[in-house]
Amino acid sequence: MSGGDDMAVWMQARANERASGLHRGDKTSRTITSFSHPLSAALSAPRKSNPWVEILNDGGYRSDGRRQYELRDISIDLAQQGTADGSAVLTHGLTQVLVTVFGPREAKMRSQTLHDRAVLNVEVNVLPFSTGERRRRARADRRMLELAATIKTTFEPVVQTGLYPRSEIDVFVHVLQQDGGLLQTCINATTLALATAGIPLLDFVCAVSGGVHATSPMLDLTTLEENDLPHVTVAVMPRTNKVTLVTLETRLHVDRFGEIFKLACEAGQTIHKEMRRAVKSRTSALITAMGGGLGHGPGADVLERDIVMDDVHTNDDF
Amino acid sequence: MVEITIRKRPRTEAVITQRKFFKKTAKGKVIKVLRERYLRDDVACGVHSCNLCSTTVDLVLPAAGSLEHLAFPGGHLVLPDTNVFLSQMDLIESDKFCPPMILLQTVLEEVRHRSLPLYNRLKTLINAEEKRIWVFYNEYNTATAVIREDGESPNDRNDRGIRKAVSWYTSHLSLARPPVRGQPTRALPTVVLLTDDVANRQRAEKDGLVCISVRRYVEGMKEASKLLDLLSTAGSDELEPTKAVAARQVLYPDYLPSSTLLAGIKSGQLHQGHFNANQYNYLEGNVPVSGFDKPILLIGRENMNRAVQGDIVAVEVFDEKEWKAPADEVVDQETTLKNDDAEESEEESDDEEVLAERHVLQSKLAKMQASARQPTGRVVGIIKRNWRSYVCHIDSASLTSNNATSLSQQTVFATPVSRLLPRIRLRTRQAPALLGQKILVTIDRWDRTSRYPEGHFVRALGKVESKEAEQESLLLEFDVPYRPFGKAILDCLPSEGDHWIVPPKSPEAPEWRDREDLRDLIICSIDPPGCQDIDDALHARSLPNGNIEAGVHIADVSHFVHPDNPMDNEAAARGTTVYLVDKRIDMLPSLLGTNLCSLRPDVERLAFSVIWELTPAAEIVNVRFAKSVIASKRAFTYEEAQIRKDDPNMNDELTNSIRLLNTLARKLRESRMAAGALNLASPEVKIHLDSSESSDPIDVEQKELRETNSLVEEFMLLANISVARKIQETFPQTAVLRRHLPPPRSNFEKLQDILQKRKEMTLDVSSSGGLAASLDKCMDPDEPAFNTLVRIMATRCMLAAEYFCSGSVARDTFAHYGLASPIYTHFTSPIRRYADVLVHRQLAAAIGYTPLHASLHSKSHVERVLDLVNRRHRMAQMAGRASVEFYVGLALKARGEKGKNQEEAFVIRTFRNGLAVFVSKLGLEGLVTFKREIQFDPDAYTIKVPSPDSVHGTTIAVFDKVTVNIEVEKDKNTQRGRVRMALVHPVESSGL
Repeated sequence: MSGGDDMAVWMQARANERASGLHRGDKTSRTITSFSHPLSAALSAPRKSNPWVEILNDGGYRSDGRRQYELRDISIDLAQQGTADGSAVLTHGLTQVLVTVFGPREAKMRSQTLHDRAVLNVEVNVLPFSTGERRRRARADRRMLELAATIKTTFEPVVQTGLYPRSEIDVFVHVLQQDGGLLQTCINATTLALATAGIPLLDFVCAVSGGVHATSPMLDLTTLEENDLPHVTVAVMPRTNKVTLVTLETRLHVDRFGEIFKLACEAGQTIHKEMRRAVKSRTSALITAMGGGLGHGPGADVLERDIVMDDVHTNDDF
Repeated sequence: MVEITIRKRPRTEAVITQRKFFKKTAKGKVIKVLRERYLRDDVACGVHSCNLCSTTVDLVLPAAGSLEHLAFPGGHLVLPDTNVFLSQMDLIESDKFCPPMILLQTVLEEVRHRSLPLYNRLKTLINAEEKRIWVFYNEYNTATAVIREDGESPNDRNDRGIRKAVSWYTSHLSLARPPVRGQPTRALPTVVLLTDDVANRQRAEKDGLVCISVRRYVEGMKEASKLLDLLSTAGSDELEPTKAVAARQVLYPDYLPSSTLLAGIKSGQLHQGHFNANQYNYLEGNVPVSGFDKPILLIGRENMNRAVQGDIVAVEVFDEKEWKAPADEVVDQETTLKNDDAEESEEESDDEEVLAERHVLQSKLAKMQASARQPTGRVVGIIKRNWRSYVCHIDSASLTSNNATSLSQQTVFATPVSRLLPRIRLRTRQAPALLGQKILVTIDRWDRTSRYPEGHFVRALGKVESKEAEQESLLLEFDVPYRPFGKAILDCLPSEGDHWIVPPKSPEAPEWRDREDLRDLIICSIDPPGCQDIDDALHARSLPNGNIEAGVHIADVSHFVHPDNPMDNEAAARGTTVYLVDKRIDMLPSLLGTNLCSLRPDVERLAFSVIWELTPAAEIVNVRFAKSVIASKRAFTYEEAQIRKDDPNMNDELTNSIRLLNTLARKLRESRMAAGALNLASPEVKIHLDSSESSDPIDVEQKELRETNSLVEEFMLLANISVARKIQETFPQTAVLRRHLPPPRSNFEKLQDILQKRKEMTLDVSSSGGLAASLDKCMDPDEPAFNTLVRIMATRCMLAAEYFCSGSVARDTFAHYGLASPIYTHFTSPIRRYADVLVHRQLAAAIGYTPLHASLHSKSHVERVLDLVNRRHRMAQMAGRASVEFYVGLALKARGEKGKNQEEAFVIRTFRNGLAVFVSKLGLEGLVTFKREIQFDPDAYTIKVPSPDSVHGTTIAVFDKVTVNIEVEKDKNTQRGRVRMALVHPVESSGL
């Protein structure tokens, strides 16, 4: 190979990068060598694009009637699930994920604890009925492990683990139904579940997938679109405007990447509003149930604002 | 930043917004499919001044609808259903048919599922300005989305959706313009459902919707009589008396169901291939298949079973006992079937013509020899029809009334210009007006009960033999895209237009980035006279170390044509520039082709250079590729360059570099020949036009080849080979290369046999080198043209060279047989060949000048583009040849008026009742037929013609030189101008 390859700059598969501000000293950014089977292909129905469906038609509509920059319907259920400390069922379109969080609690195995912070464990379980083809997966399925590891690395810099030394936080992700955007749904649901468990986070983590069809970028892809388009999943921290995850499993031209990346960051803000609304309304419901709490309902201005940890400290005496 | 929103999908509406079904895959697995659909209220209706819909797109439907139709004086909008587009596309495409039209998404998608070509035609119509078509995305609109009900077929569901959309439009229009008090109520346009489906119409009427059949609708239009002809016969069911159908005799066997066909092909019992009609005998065709060396022969109408040239058919092969030899007789459709009546033959039976056909077939069977047998079979089904529009003439004999003002409907025959096609039966009201014109006809169907296919008239091209009509018909016949370049394409040109120049050298100028400055080199171009698109230039100079530097500079088209813009897409679709005798259909807008990319003398131009260091023995020491800026010093014609080189008095730098190039080229050629390259020949003639405007008095001569021709050729070959190596090395998966497969040995069998028997010469076809050597030995000392003739015939036995993507074929099949080069590509003519543009891009990426565009990394994309380019290339060659043929015809006609037209010709094939001859001086092939019985010896390739001189008659064999009288005669019925030849020497054949 000669100089041609230097010039043809391609984002090769699996660039997993984190915003520089979030790097911890002891964490090196990891590289994964295998990229033969994209995650989406392994988890969903056979990867074969349907020639009869136009990804984006001349009228600017996608195959499900959305336009380029429209996200799918989001529904969030933060109801209690069994004995879990926090849980969330999040649905993006037809992709549905249940996340339960246990902890922070004493670790089952002492050997696996860290003296200065909590350990984050993530387990992913894809239920057999969630895909088109009914199939039971082994627990040690490499794809599952990888997905779990991705979620873990995404959240490690966000969860304030330093507050809970020698303990562990367990996150169980159950994939109930799949129609594209699995990683984004898992991440968003995990954020919500951690929030309902009352685990301190630096910020929300809002993930969105984006792809390009010819030269038109589009957001929040369905399986149909994922099979056809190069796509990126981006997870942003909306308040701090930092990015905790960018993952690419297909080849995407470098010129297009910047555009999608910006769009996905922007879309993260939109999703953030939705997630925040759900968290707020649950909290206010809880407060009301506890007997009116501080006596006044959540004002509109309060709803529109995140509570920053510093604010909480200053209001300690209140 | 764009606005990003979340689309809400109320869960209560899940019934219509969500779909779940199970499907079974080919492997038998059951898969659950979940789909959702977001319904919205912002789907625009497309009507002007509609205050309910807001959109930024230009609205195309006039607020009052069309006021031109008789049945709807209050204005109307047309909403056709799917079948209208499937069967009446020619009507929709007609420029006389342009009512404001609502095209539903349901309809559009159904058309797409049924026929992709029709869908593509429809899409161009949607974008056409004069057509007022608005696509309404009814499936995404809350008010018009429907779901399939239990027990409802998909068709019924779509029909219901269409009706729902009609009623929505009707109410939407009235809501959008509520009556204003004090103003007279304005008439609202009627939304008219256009459908030929009777059941659908009944249902619509029950719902109170306005609907009409296509025929009824067209009848009410202003240009009804002309438009009615465009109606496909498939749509005229209600007018046709149905009673006759049952009574009609079945002429052809039924096709097998497609599942049986596919199973048969899979199991090897049936064979699949393209149907090729025989141009000498309309009752015969063949299908080359992979299972046999020789193509499968199909003899007789029943066995060809309604296959038309180019269709992909499934063939059943008969028992070996029944195998037959191809015809050795010329059977002409017009003469055998001249009495067949278009109207009468509605009830086809065993009439005279059929008996005549039988006779023809049987006479042949009786004298069958065993030697030439080949697999014989019959068509049992059509895998894919390849019907298109055909250029035809109306057969005047089939007209019942010649009255020019008659508007009565007549059934007539349209005879295609191509001899490979059957006559087409056509119903028209303007038959007398169409006589003597070239017209475009589409085949609609071919029923078992009908001897001929049925079609409909599309468009008149103009008077026969008028230059415009002939030109257009040529372009249509060979599927050459010839429309002028659109605005979007021209917008891709540099904004300076023809004032564009290479900017002064500076590090900032983007043109100069990474470019070598070769403006001082003594570069010249050598081209045919009158050449405007100069895409190559050359230079050579001696180096101090005794070696020679030689350079080929190719116009840097990829600097102007960027990947994936409208101009690039158009160039990819055109594939190649097409050269007709009097017209050039450019691949790129002429500003680029003849100006900005043309390496004109004394102008600075951007180029892509290949520069070698060669030893004096023409061996490559090294080669480099660079983007450069050059200034050509001179543009020579071949002749000028030759004269200059041969003139001993000229000793300037330019002349010396030509001499240097020439010596190198000679050595290159020698080594290439030693490697086994073939020196092939094709009948090339040059047409002399009197002036560029009037092309009437013309003459024909054979093209002359000079040493300088081969000079340029050698260096272009060298450049192509060097570039091919480079890009293959850098992009092993997607390099655009060109190859020429070695011909299968069986292709040469016949030629070898003829040469052996007639001239006692042998042809070694084991390798290209062997062939080249044995071709050199095929000399007749008395007849210098004989060698050329053999070369032409050998060339015809070979396969065509083709472009391919290096990743999609095996490495050992890359070689170019004719050039005896292990690897080859096309790099040197990016102005006129699209493959070269791709190669330029790949080379630019290979030297690190630009990154490679994503599409060129995709094997499937490259393959798709090259498939089209290959096809266009083939078609362009055929169109060019046909154009020459037409002009040769005109020239002969002009000559014929002056006196007798006699030429020497070689016999190239013998038939039971005639001879095929080749007139090398005119590059013309013709047929001499005899009406009287003659003796024919197929094994010795001779015929014996009775002659007045001797009792035994005169024997004429293949390769004999004869003299023929050539005249152009116009067929009285079909207006088809054709060359007619008669023997003058050794025998006068006019009486035979």
